[in-house]
Amino acid sequence: MTAPAAHGLSAEARRRRLVAAAFLLPALVLLGALVVQPIGYSLYRSFFDRSGDVFVGGDNYREIFADDGIRTALKNTAVWVVLAPATATALGLIFAVLTERVRWGTAFKLLVFMPMAISMLAAGIIFRLVYDHDPDRGVANAVWVGVHDTFAQSSAFPKARPGRDSPLADAGGGAFVTREPVRAGSPVLLPLVGVAPEALPEGTRAAGTPAAAAGEVTGTVWQDFTRGGGGATNVVDGGEQGFSGMRIEAVKDGRVVDTATSRADGTFTLSAKADGALLRLPAANFREAYGGVEWLGPALVTPAVIGAYVWMWAGFAMVLIGAGLAAVPRELLEAARVDGANEWQVFRRITVPLLAPLLAVVLVTLVINVMKIFDLVFVIAPGAVQDDANVLALQLYRTSFGTDADPGLGSAIAVLLLLLVIPVMLLNIRRLRKEGAR
Amino acid sequence: MSRSEAAPDPSRELRPPVGEDGAPSGGGAARRGGPGTAGGPARRAGRAATWAGRAAGGLAGGAVRVFLVVAALFWLLPTLGLLLSSLVSPTDLNAGGWWQVFGAPSRLTADNYERLLANETITSSLLNTFAIAVPATLLVLALGSLAGYAFAWLEFPGRDWLFLVVVGLLVVPVQVALIPVSELFGTIGLFETTAGVVLFHTAFGLPFAVFLLRNFFAEIPRELLEAARLDGAGELRLFTRVVLPLGGPAIASLGIFQFLWVWNDMLVALVFADSANPPITVALQQQVRQFGNNIDVLAPGAFLSMVVPLAVFFAFQRQFVTGVMAGAVK
Repeated sequence: MTAPAAHGLSAEARRRRLVAAAFLLPALVLLGALVVQPIGYSLYRSFFDRSGDVFVGGDNYREIFADDGIRTALKNTAVWVVLAPATATALGLIFAVLTERVRWGTAFKLLVFMPMAISMLAAGIIFRLVYDHDPDRGVANAVWVGVHDTFAQSSAFPKARPGRDSPLADAGGGAFVTREPVRAGSPVLLPLVGVAPEALPEGTRAAGTPAAAAGEVTGTVWQDFTRGGGGATNVVDGGEQGFSGMRIEAVKDGRVVDTATSRADGTFTLSAKADGALLRLPAANFREAYGGVEWLGPALVTPAVIGAYVWMWAGFAMVLIGAGLAAVPRELLEAARVDGANEWQVFRRITVPLLAPLLAVVLVTLVINVMKIFDLVFVIAPGAVQDDANVLALQLYRTSFGTDADPGLGSAIAVLLLLLVIPVMLLNIRRLRKEGAR
Repeated sequence: MSRSEAAPDPSRELRPPVGEDGAPSGGGAARRGGPGTAGGPARRAGRAATWAGRAAGGLAGGAVRVFLVVAALFWLLPTLGLLLSSLVSPTDLNAGGWWQVFGAPSRLTADNYERLLANETITSSLLNTFAIAVPATLLVLALGSLAGYAFAWLEFPGRDWLFLVVVGLLVVPVQVALIPVSELFGTIGLFETTAGVVLFHTAFGLPFAVFLLRNFFAEIPRELLEAARLDGAGELRLFTRVVLPLGGPAIASLGIFQFLWVWNDMLVALVFADSANPPITVALQQQVRQFGNNIDVLAPGAFLSMVVPLAVFFAFQRQFVTGVMAGAVK
């Protein structure tokens, strides 16, 4: 543009160039020294070994695909790229469309967008707490265990079992059943052993001796073990503890005819229907307490961290898509509704196609973002599973710094990371040139 | 916020104001759908909707509301959990989850915060964060607007080509520069210094700043600048008296975005900051290793580190949203 002036540089033109240089120089010097030069240096450094003295050609790049740890990082980065952007964008789209229909949509958007303002470190700490394995601390497991226990209650007697010469036999599947049918009027004894005294539930009392009652089956289920020894087997001795809250089923020909739950002293009463039945202690009495899901264990840690990422970035997608949605001509949607389209059809056939270019933009943005994900994984994944949660940017950090640093390999990973985002760089430049031409 | 400009043209995003109420995003859309809610605009318009149709619409509206309430809980609970955990003594927290506070509000205590604020490491790390974020923001604004003006209104050979290079630098991941710059800083004595961190953040903030501001400045009517030039104003005067005031909105959005970006950064600080005297993110990160045992430090610490970003977020919603949407993406 100034090419013709370049020949006979007038004093004025020279002054102008000087001014331009003065305006530009500070920015360009910084960019050159800290952004451009490092790209070149990383490329150069990636061909040398750990010490930087020996040229190793493409060895560092081969190492990326040969090393198991780095391969895990590559695989996890791929999982991230597939799962995280799509989930965040889909949620953003759903939120953007639905919030248009409620009065408190703005408040909702504010809430969902809020995590964009905080650091990944803070978000990491937040989710480290959410995913804590202890159901008394991590809300995810608290809810999970709560739901689980509603359907399959854990018991107070996970280790209880019949002792020697017991009238009870293993019924399979963790249940126990009497060897002989029971009779109304003659008390039944159901001795068990194996529960640590301190593990007995609160309110446990000394086992009671069942009274014989005509027309009823009575009995006791208790811990047939006297502290300090001396008790007789299969007899309720003084000082032995009853099993309270134990569920007892009377089974005749494979069918449950009556049930009872033992009292605090371990005694129970069944109706006359139980006469001649076998008594069964179902497996539910002996189930181990359920500890919940190990969210941050090796298997689930990547999806769990992706969950935290979606929590942070769905708001971003929602806001961008919401702005696009506001520009969709309402008449178009109205016309479709008048023609009898239902809301789903309007969404599927009109809204989504109209927003498609915007959705692509959001998706690409998030993909780029996800490729460089570091903080969240670094903070949320506990040290022991960090190898399983590894991603490229984290691997780069671990390779490049610390006691066992290999700057050559680290530089190779950096170059790989750069190569992954270059398509987007070219896309940006092309779009800009097109706009410039317009 | 990531460092990659993927797509939406910031200058274009900047123009449509983001809803006068400052609501993030399509405030306009939210308002339009606001009153009346469930049925959708058409039904509200008084079309002869059958009773059954209205009932179905109501049912769908109810489902939408339930879904959004559940989603809102998902978004609220994690942060609420951290907040309540930070307000409970470690002993109480070990005895049961933070949600038990709802049954026993008397357990709430500010002890953790008191202890944290008495903790020299944490308070000085907060100051360090300020010492990094403020200069890194001001520098980006100054250098970025100077360069943006040059690219928009000064003529020199290779201008367009150079601008494309700067735009290309938008997506360069900071990770690429970690090793080279740490070696460079090591040689010139900036490694593990606040100045080094500031310079690094400034350099990586510049491509987006130049890009955003050039596009914004380019929209200034030429006549305005010509008139000032005719009045004998020099370029510097033109820049400070005409361009900067007109560029206010873009500069504000950029400043907020850059400030939060630097404030929230952990990786750059982890590598370049003085590890004995780190900013808050690194100071807290050093505690994460014993996560189970020191929630009483981590929870209030994380909250303290969030106070400034959240305050900025709520005070400058519009600029924040504009900045994030434009640079977001960075």
